[in-house]
Amino acid sequence: MEGTPSSFFSFTNVAVETRDIVKTFPGVIANDKVSLVVRKGEIHGLLGENGAGKTVLMNILYGLYKPDSGRIFVNGHEVKIDSPATAMKLGIGMVHQHFMLIPSLNVAENIALGREPLKYGIFLDMKKLLHEIREFCSRYKLDVDLNASVYTLPVGVQQRVEILKALYRGANILILDEPTSVLTPQEVGELFRAIRVLKEQGKSIIFITHKLKEALEICDKITVLRSGKVIETVDAGKTSPDELAEMMVGRKVIYTFEKAQAKNDEIVLKVEGVKALDDRKLPALNGATFDVHAYEILGIAGVEGNGQTELFEVLRGLRKIVEGRIYINGVDVTNQPPAKRLKLGFSNIPEDRHKMGLILEFSVEENLILGEHNKSPFVDSLGRLNSKETKSYAEKLIELYAIKTPSKDTITRFLSGGTQQRVVIAREFSRKPKLIVASQPTRGLDVSATEYVRRKLVEMRDQGCAVLLISADLDEIIALSDKIAVMYGGRIVAVKDPKKTNEQELGLLMAGEKIE
Amino acid sequence: MKKLSENASNKNYEEPKETFGAILAQMKLSSLEILPTLLAIAAAFSAGAVLLLITGYSPIDAYGAMLIGAFGDKFGIGQTLTQATPIIFTGLAFLLASKSGLFNIGIEGQLIVGGFAAAIVGIYFEGLPAFIHVPLALLSGALAGGLWGLIPAILKTKLNAHEVITTMMLSYVASYLTSYLVNYPFKAPGWVAQTTTIAPSAELPRILWPTQLSVAIIIAFLLAIAIHYFLEKTKLGYEIRAVGFSPMVAENNGIDVNRKMILALVISGAIAGMGGAGEIMGVHRRFIDGFSPGYGWDGIAVALVGRLNPIGTIFVAILFGALRSGSMTMTRSVGVPLDIISMLQSLVIICTATPTVFEYFTKRRELK
Amino acid sequence: MIELSDIVNLGLFAAALRMATPIAFASIGGVFSERAGITNIGLEGMMLVSAFAGAATSYFTANPWLGVVAAVVAGALCGALHAIITVRFRGNQIVSGTGINLLAAGLTAYLCQIFWGSRGASASVQGLELVSIPLVKDLPIVGSIIGSHTPLVYMMLVVTILSHVMLFRTRLGLRIRAVGEHAAAADTAGIDVYRVKYISVIASGVLAGLGGVFLSLSHLNLFSWGMTGGRGFIALAAMIFGRWTPLGAFGASVLFGLADALQMRLQALGLLPPQIILMIPYILTVAVLAGVVRKAIPPSDYKPYVKE
Repeated sequence: MEGTPSSFFSFTNVAVETRDIVKTFPGVIANDKVSLVVRKGEIHGLLGENGAGKTVLMNILYGLYKPDSGRIFVNGHEVKIDSPATAMKLGIGMVHQHFMLIPSLNVAENIALGREPLKYGIFLDMKKLLHEIREFCSRYKLDVDLNASVYTLPVGVQQRVEILKALYRGANILILDEPTSVLTPQEVGELFRAIRVLKEQGKSIIFITHKLKEALEICDKITVLRSGKVIETVDAGKTSPDELAEMMVGRKVIYTFEKAQAKNDEIVLKVEGVKALDDRKLPALNGATFDVHAYEILGIAGVEGNGQTELFEVLRGLRKIVEGRIYINGVDVTNQPPAKRLKLGFSNIPEDRHKMGLILEFSVEENLILGEHNKSPFVDSLGRLNSKETKSYAEKLIELYAIKTPSKDTITRFLSGGTQQRVVIAREFSRKPKLIVASQPTRGLDVSATEYVRRKLVEMRDQGCAVLLISADLDEIIALSDKIAVMYGGRIVAVKDPKKTNEQELGLLMAGEKIE
Repeated sequence: MKKLSENASNKNYEEPKETFGAILAQMKLSSLEILPTLLAIAAAFSAGAVLLLITGYSPIDAYGAMLIGAFGDKFGIGQTLTQATPIIFTGLAFLLASKSGLFNIGIEGQLIVGGFAAAIVGIYFEGLPAFIHVPLALLSGALAGGLWGLIPAILKTKLNAHEVITTMMLSYVASYLTSYLVNYPFKAPGWVAQTTTIAPSAELPRILWPTQLSVAIIIAFLLAIAIHYFLEKTKLGYEIRAVGFSPMVAENNGIDVNRKMILALVISGAIAGMGGAGEIMGVHRRFIDGFSPGYGWDGIAVALVGRLNPIGTIFVAILFGALRSGSMTMTRSVGVPLDIISMLQSLVIICTATPTVFEYFTKRRELK
Repeated sequence: MIELSDIVNLGLFAAALRMATPIAFASIGGVFSERAGITNIGLEGMMLVSAFAGAATSYFTANPWLGVVAAVVAGALCGALHAIITVRFRGNQIVSGTGINLLAAGLTAYLCQIFWGSRGASASVQGLELVSIPLVKDLPIVGSIIGSHTPLVYMMLVVTILSHVMLFRTRLGLRIRAVGEHAAAADTAGIDVYRVKYISVIASGVLAGLGGVFLSLSHLNLFSWGMTGGRGFIALAAMIFGRWTPLGAFGASVLFGLADALQMRLQALGLLPPQIILMIPYILTVAVLAGVVRKAIPPSDYKPYVKE
């Protein structure tokens, strides 16, 4: 009789339960009669691919979304959760994938936000606050500098702040949404240690992830979601990665990628001792040096925040180099504007296609000619656009790259993420580039879109392109790269042959450990 | 089942629409039909009617008088179009700057300096044949206005000074500067703060006697078409629009963002300056201190209500022109203070700025 | 013979403080609004409407303090309008602000015509009386500068300090900053984002109102068309210069007040044509923006916030 709401039994060992939750958005059923049971003191994994509905379900539990139908029970009582405030009152706390911290405020202020202790009714009682939080820190063995401004803290520490935040609000049920996506393997270990302490203290944890191995390592029970439905709930000890993978994807997944041997050819991109500052004027790149050859995919492995974004910007000419040089095909492009680099055959897939890749308000056609728009045959000598040429070019690309759009005039904003990425790829790859820099190219894409992008990158490489792949997804790097360069602290700390290394070693390098 | 934009499913707050241009583009996108515009205008006029009632006037009499005054006879139509002319220029000026993402609210100042420059060229370059003098004067007006747009443009691109404030301040400077010039060094004999008349060879011919309607309106129409063509069919126009929607993407794809912004603001100022020149050369034939009763402000209103579309701008400008010319009749016959006009105009803007209730509810449903 | 001491003397600094008052009020109002994530370009219009409301109320009731109350209410209403458009309906903030400016210009001129038969200026009204602080006013130097002013000047000083304390030491201030910087994070922390934004924007309207009524009931004792003279925009420059803090905004406002006071003196002395002198504050504003703003990053994100 688990989960039965009841006034007779004041004790139940179910912390939270959902029954037949349904949630739809225009055009998609995000949760399709999802039922989940999490017991007290249990670490329950919620496993699924991107878009399976995990985050939606948790947002419902946290009061950010309202379900279309279904019931929720907390501690055996049926509840309606209509806001985060209600969720918190019920003891549900959430650590989001994208941290919900205020950068310029300090740790203590962030933790207390919304529940600030007051002096004389309106003033913040910082002394009391610090005292209270320190108590939590010691009880749960979470160590943080309470007076530091959040934006100065490394990601792993910020996550600890998020956890403390939830605990400070009296969370008994902690939802962790993809908590390891921004951590090194070593930081992941620390997180798992912290989770186990929480479990000892009687907390229940819901651990959302798409990484099988992690789920198996830390969770007691695992529920697999696929396309909004619960496939099965299993004991972590009684299943295997293959079994879980099949549940997640619905078919046998092949992890290795077929590709031809790389040829060793001329150097297309040469980066020498590049130093650059980030937006906060702190050093982001500290002497990065590497080469990329034609017919080669060089993967840059590293935890986000080690200078990858700045590296991309510096390569494109969007950020100033303080020291060092960049050569494309032997031409020195250090600090030259992007236009120069485009001329040399440099294409890119930026990590945020909305911010850097596409103009959402432009039509598909207008986006497809971006970058080439100032060349003939699109432009004549008077500076006029030739609509016949642009039209045929756009239509050709739409067909060639199977871009699922109602027409070339559709405003790009209305296309799905995967389709938008195809527009970027179509544009960038059709230029017959000599160099491609792809940054987190499969982020946020579903399985088939991801496979498409990876296939295309390998295709370009086979045609002689030099490909620089920057990705936080270590599996992706290992699968696609001919050479792997590990980035840490704004420098390349190691270059490895994927066939001669493994995740363990790479993880250590990514965390700054030296190996020899 | 087809999956719509990624935005719909996971996020519970809206994507950032950072640039002004992008936001206004949204307005244009969802309202290529004129219905929301008409609704906004209707709403504004209704609010105006309420105000009239409260202050003791009959809306029917007032609006009726306005209509008759604006369109009732040749004189009325001529007045309407004459009043509309400078507003078309300033509306187009604001529109162009907006396309690049810049908010040029200093068009009043650019208009004024343009008018002054045209007056000077008109006065002191006598002896030139009309077919040289007229374009020269117009050009100098455009140049002056362009210069007045160049200053905030450089401040923005090199020093990150917000163009809203700088253009506004320069507008005041323009007003005071020309006032000084026309009160002291360039003052014509007499009591009025004005220059002497420009040479006949610099006058823009009138086309609808006995009204003051001049060739300027033809120039305005042609300019509107030219701008539409420029934005949609030329490389520079494409690049300016790209910059307006997303400077980062534009830069990443080889467009020199700063240059385009400067270009847009300079052209914007030049258009406003030409409008001032047209007003001086076509209507007043001399520079008069304070000759503009706020044409720059009307231009902003007109461009916004016209959904940043050159053709729409023309129509709304004519509407505003009708308000102005009709208002004089209205004041004469019904006694309503002239300022009801500026109120109606600003009400129209506010109603346009607020997404209509209809749009609001459809957007909400999408995000849920 | 005009000496430098005729221009630069203690009276100038007292005047600077006086003329800083409307700018400082509006500027601090701007700080609150922007800290909560809403740009308020309509400060100029809010000041104007409040100036009018204050003058009109004082005219009809012969009580300037009622005028101040009316101005505050008017400012609050303007703020509420801006808040509704930008927060509730997620309308564009700059367009809304501009609309308010235009509406204010038209409405005040219209009503001025109705009440006093002239769109240019009202009849003179009962303004606020000068007050002197006993003891302080007899202090050397300092006494001449701050010893004797109309009440709103002192109110401005108090508001500056209170605002600063409020923004950085109270719970509401913390929440305002949180909401402005990362609305989603504040939301998930259980804060009512909409409410905080509303409060901030209405507060900016109230403060702009106080700034506006200073012009019509202290600086001059009447309402005249366009009497705000761009101060609402100068206030924005002061806000930026002051790095979005009340104390900073105050400091910058004093600078602009000084320019204003200087300009009035030079005009009175007839040294230069009035128009040239009148340009000074505006050119100064541009110079300030050009020189200072290079890396000024506002502490907020201006995304319209949508709550599920």
